Amino acid sequence: MAEYVWPAAGDRLHIGKHISRLDGPVKATGRAKYAYDVNRRGMLWAIMVQSPHAHARITSIDTSAAEAMDGVVKVHVIQDVGTEIQWAHDEIVAVAATSEEAARDGAAAVTIEYEVLPHFVNERAVDEAPDAQPAQAETTGDPAAAMASAPTKSSGSYHVAQIAHCSLESHGQVAEWQDEETVTLWASTQAISGVASQLGEQIGIPASNVHVETQYMGGGFGSKFSVDRWGVVCAQLAKDTGRPVKLMLDRDQEVSVAGARPSTHAEVSTGADADGNVVAWDSKSWGSGGPAGANSPPLPYVFAFDNQTHMHTSVPTNTGPARAWRAPRHPQACLVTMRALEDLAHAAGMDPLDFFLKNIDKTGERAGTYTEELEKGAELMGWRDRWRPRGSGTGTVRSGLGLALHTWGGRGHRSNCEVLAYRDGLVEARIGSQDLGTGTRTIIAMVLAETFGLGLEQVKVTMGRSVLPASGASGGSTTVGGVSGSTRRAALNAVDAVFERIAPRLGTEMTNLELKNGELRFKDGSMAAMPWRQAASLIGVNPVAATGANPGPGQLNDSGVGGIQMADVSVDMETGVVSINRMVAVQDCGLILDMKLAESQVYGSLIMGVTYALTEERVFDPHTGQMLNADMEFYKLAGIEDVGEMIVHMMTGPGYDERGVIGLGEPPVIAPGAAIANAATNATGVPINEMPMTPERVLAAINGGMA
Amino acid sequence: MRAFEYSSPRTTEDAIRMLSAEGAVALAGGTDLLSLMKDGAAAPSRLVNLKAIPDLTGAHETDGGLHIGATTRLGPLGEHRVIRESFPAVAQAIAGVRSRQVLSMRTVGGDLLQRPRCWYFRAGFGLVPMHDGQSMAKTGDNRYHAIFGNGGDAVFVNPSSLAPPLIALGASATVLGPDGERTVAVEDLYRTPASSDESEFTLGAAEIVTGVTIPMRSSSNATYEIRNRKGFDWPLAAASVAASDGGARVVLGHAAPTPWMSAAAAGALAGGISEASAEAAADAAVADAAALSGNGYKIQLARVAVKRAALAAM
Repeated sequence: MAEYVWPAAGDRLHIGKHISRLDGPVKATGRAKYAYDVNRRGMLWAIMVQSPHAHARITSIDTSAAEAMDGVVKVHVIQDVGTEIQWAHDEIVAVAATSEEAARDGAAAVTIEYEVLPHFVNERAVDEAPDAQPAQAETTGDPAAAMASAPTKSSGSYHVAQIAHCSLESHGQVAEWQDEETVTLWASTQAISGVASQLGEQIGIPASNVHVETQYMGGGFGSKFSVDRWGVVCAQLAKDTGRPVKLMLDRDQEVSVAGARPSTHAEVSTGADADGNVVAWDSKSWGSGGPAGANSPPLPYVFAFDNQTHMHTSVPTNTGPARAWRAPRHPQACLVTMRALEDLAHAAGMDPLDFFLKNIDKTGERAGTYTEELEKGAELMGWRDRWRPRGSGTGTVRSGLGLALHTWGGRGHRSNCEVLAYRDGLVEARIGSQDLGTGTRTIIAMVLAETFGLGLEQVKVTMGRSVLPASGASGGSTTVGGVSGSTRRAALNAVDAVFERIAPRLGTEMTNLELKNGELRFKDGSMAAMPWRQAASLIGVNPVAATGANPGPGQLNDSGVGGIQMADVSVDMETGVVSINRMVAVQDCGLILDMKLAESQVYGSLIMGVTYALTEERVFDPHTGQMLNADMEFYKLAGIEDVGEMIVHMMTGPGYDERGVIGLGEPPVIAPGAAIANAATNATGVPINEMPMTPERVLAAINGGMA
Repeated sequence: MRAFEYSSPRTTEDAIRMLSAEGAVALAGGTDLLSLMKDGAAAPSRLVNLKAIPDLTGAHETDGGLHIGATTRLGPLGEHRVIRESFPAVAQAIAGVRSRQVLSMRTVGGDLLQRPRCWYFRAGFGLVPMHDGQSMAKTGDNRYHAIFGNGGDAVFVNPSSLAPPLIALGASATVLGPDGERTVAVEDLYRTPASSDESEFTLGAAEIVTGVTIPMRSSSNATYEIRNRKGFDWPLAAASVAASDGGARVVLGHAAPTPWMSAAAAGALAGGISEASAEAAADAAVADAAALSGNGYKIQLARVAVKRAALAAM
């Protein structure tokens, strides 16, 4: 029986190396086909008519003009008369036509009347919210007494705007029915297996008859777990018309209805003793991610204090609903906590690096990791030499340093993998997972190749189809642990199965065989090693097949990471423009399978973090409740000139590797905003408490007003 | 985008004739027009391409100054020797566009005549959007709106990159239409509409800008922009300054429904540019600025843009 472990450090063929994405070339050359690129013979285009009102009741729908138009094949009412619409851009009617233009003309010809109802979109004004939902305070110890006796105190209010996912490939799919009961959906999704089940239920056919295909997808960040209303509508239109249908969201729809990260506003008071130990925490927060409001961010974040209390109010608004945004609730909590603690460090007259180290035990079991990471980060940033007390700078452009800590789980999800070994020497993994662009395909290939002792060119990964062995949704940093666990176990089982099949043909026992560096070796030296292809030829016409699952025997993955990030920024004191000079990210995630992909995850996270820190926010019109910047012009994503120098250090070796694989999708995107805000505060000498840190807000802080 | 006719005349005479048809619109680089059409904010029945007219492209020196054809692309213009040596204010404004794609396509005429980026306008509420009898932008989110010339209902800002430096340099525009050719100062291309039915340009029906001419006066000139993003982003404030023995001009962009000339700031620089006069010009430039409900920060940014443009020109 196989021993379900990862190879020891000295025995690794691929693990830990810098391996480029296997699908990099097809993506860079445009040969990779995304859902958006799928075009089927006889395909119709579908366009959805959206509500211009943020809160309204539909009083009439007239589709007759649209139905009479050239090219329009089917008009489908999604939400009928009497429905109360809760956000602008909500979908009312879908029009399928023979061309995109005809579908747009048809959609424009649909007449919908509304009874307009009062809307609320300004969630920052919690006192004006019609339906604010305060929760019970969660309290440990006696924060009031601890605060009263603390010699050092600080307080502040901190704000994180609502942002969107803004995936480059918008949500959507192409649907095509093979027969009355079988449909294929080429979908831009993070969850092929889940979408098949959801669509089957909603459209009344067995889930097994829904074939979801996602070979490549252009970003989801937590917003693409569901089949969504447009997926069901697309499949229904395809069924009704007997033709394939493509329905992809336009950019304005993508940004306004297909995913939001809730805002967070918080008022925090903290207290420390004379030595700089945090002794009291008191926070009140509120926020909104649409009609369902927003759950509480985990406050205080990373740290747990003996005396702490937190109270959250959920504020429903008439805005497009929230979806999981990469590390849900964590970036907001990180900004609030790390800014508040930086302020307390300042009040205590301490370097925040010393202050955080002083209190590191309050982070719990990751305290040792954080300590190592802070020291490594300080070295990479030159913190000890370069940090100056808040506001020490002079001149028009002032620089400053800031740091922040983050944490995440990241345990591998449920995953199944089947490995096939063929007599031509090819080894194939079949797995119902999806590659969001993070490199999942590459990870599966390298784990398979590692286990068979083969080169990456000798293995094949078949994935991205819901008919393959089911694997979990790609979210919450669960994919790498899940697919590496199932693939490793399946591959180990397959190696055993190969040995079992070919050992009799070689006149030996299977326990006498091993695969290493592309060769079949005989442990007793009774025969010379033979190349894998020669050994594989003994498999016979029927391939060897074996399966593996996660979770399963042996510790191949784990949960729980801590990382630290430091920012070096410059602030133009006259314009409020914040510039990133350098970001340092130090991250642990257990055993790193592909160092290049791991570093890429962190680079991407830093860029995404710079974006939400400096430029990104959803702006709603008070009059109409419509999103005013549902585009990529004023919904501002960072460009390459904005991101500065990025230094990434992954913690590896003893103490890290033996934990097994842990996910990395969320952790590094949590702390950039907080580190940048702390650095901007350090640079300007005034608290920079709001994200995004636009010139408007930074100037307001510098000029002493509240933004 | 709706179906449309496309014509590509070789002469300005043919272009004017074709533009006289109902629903015809001139197409140059298309960096603005095509996005308006995709958004449904413009639906011309005919596009008249101006890029195939040889007379309209390229820059050359004339007795009157540097003449720049209307379909000259911004990217190549920024590399032009005379622009680089004599008119850094223009070169700096072009550099501020940041997008290689836009620089490769946007033309001089198209830059001057691009429509405002006001998010109410782009969302289909009109250039002077009204809500319950009040200016929708004034009572709505106006963080990017006007700090000058905003006493009426029109509070969008003129987005042209080239208008501030060209006006500061005293450039004129050649306008051709059914009634012949006329020459106007670049600043006279613009007006503030009273309602969404009116144009923000002074061009008549079927009139096009065929080129601009920058007089070859020796001047100290510069442009300074302040943007949130370092890359492709609309400035929050922009200012161009040109100063010569004959006096100075200071023009602000992204500040008013038209490019905004500040006589007071120009007066402060009349005696020459120094650190003190730059500060004085900056103060003077914003002395009569008026914030809307959410754009007070733009006054400080405009002030800094004027100061830094003046210092850069020094």
